[in-house]
Amino acid sequence: MYYIDPHIHMVSRVTDDYERIARMGCVAVSEPAFWAGFDRGSVDGFRDYFRQLTEFEPKRAGWSGIQHYTWLCINAKEAENVELSREVIKMIPEFINKPGVLGIGEIGLNKNTKNESIIFQEHVQLAMQLDELILIHTPHLQDKLKGTRMIIDMLMSDRRVQPERVLIDHVEEHTVGLAKEEGFWCAMTLYPITKCTPSRAADIIEAYGDDRIMVNSAGDWGPSNPIAVPDFIQELRRRGHPESKIKKIVYDNPLEFFRQCKRFEFTPPDTLSDNSEVIEPQKV
Amino acid sequence: MIAAVQTSPEVFEQTFLLVRARILEIAATLDRLDRAEAAESVRSDPRFRQIQQGLEILLSDGFHRAAQIQEIFSDQYDPTWMKKYLTTGERPALSPSVPH
Repeated sequence: MYYIDPHIHMVSRVTDDYERIARMGCVAVSEPAFWAGFDRGSVDGFRDYFRQLTEFEPKRAGWSGIQHYTWLCINAKEAENVELSREVIKMIPEFINKPGVLGIGEIGLNKNTKNESIIFQEHVQLAMQLDELILIHTPHLQDKLKGTRMIIDMLMSDRRVQPERVLIDHVEEHTVGLAKEEGFWCAMTLYPITKCTPSRAADIIEAYGDDRIMVNSAGDWGPSNPIAVPDFIQELRRRGHPESKIKKIVYDNPLEFFRQCKRFEFTPPDTLSDNSEVIEPQKV
Repeated sequence: MIAAVQTSPEVFEQTFLLVRARILEIAATLDRLDRAEAAESVRSDPRFRQIQQGLEILLSDGFHRAAQIQEIFSDQYDPTWMKKYLTTGERPALSPSVPH
């Protein structure tokens, strides 16, 4: 089955992972900007990162026949540095109209602090000004419920925000209802220890339905599994769910959300001709 | 909600050994905690109380045990948080570089 991984940090993965996910049926990935594992020291550090996301990663994904999309922001972990965050937000318009950019993300909260909240709101303001989609990171572990509610408070207090143009990510059993009830899209992240397992994600689908919801691997430089979405597909198959329902969650839903972006262009794999150009990696 | 395709007995057959294994893993971990030195200090750790509360929920009936356990391990939400952040004076002003 073809699928889309709507949240995966491929800059942290090797080229072999592109090849592996392609062989598992992945036809497209979307890569939100995130924390590199250390706090970057300058706006130029982010400029180089945004170039990597918009120039090199699409090329590297293309070597395996995968379509690459991305999101731009300074992540919540680095938002404590308000001055740097504002420099980065000011720089985002330089890149926003590059091919493959889907919007602003993954913005959100980490430790639910004041500075994180203010930078979150300034990202939202930029998204509203530019009429962009938003992808939101919700906090980990004990911070998640409180942080998700704070995020929804901020979004709902801004009348310009259209919930159907916002994706709230990393939802679990205690937060999925909050996001869906307010009309937001949401996504479940399949992680080995934290966040969701494929079976819990399948339980959430059975409990909350398959509208406005998707699953991702959020593969990154930490413990994570870039082929977690196929594990989820297999879990639903094992339970006897029809292929059409599975496809809706792992393929149709991401496309429906992404298509709201004015720049979004996607070539369905079934329409690729036999003469499609194959771009080979450059020899080093 | 979409209907679960499997019947409850089918789910039970498929998951019995998995649930058994996970209960044993928790039991063995609790044994290990008690066997080690300074076990009393762990019992007074607020996180240990959270684990006890989670285990109590496992024995209850209903459809929302997972969400209830998640809430045990969650920080308290204060619905007045935004007002407090605005009134402490520590909150940085919104950036003049971004239209509000």
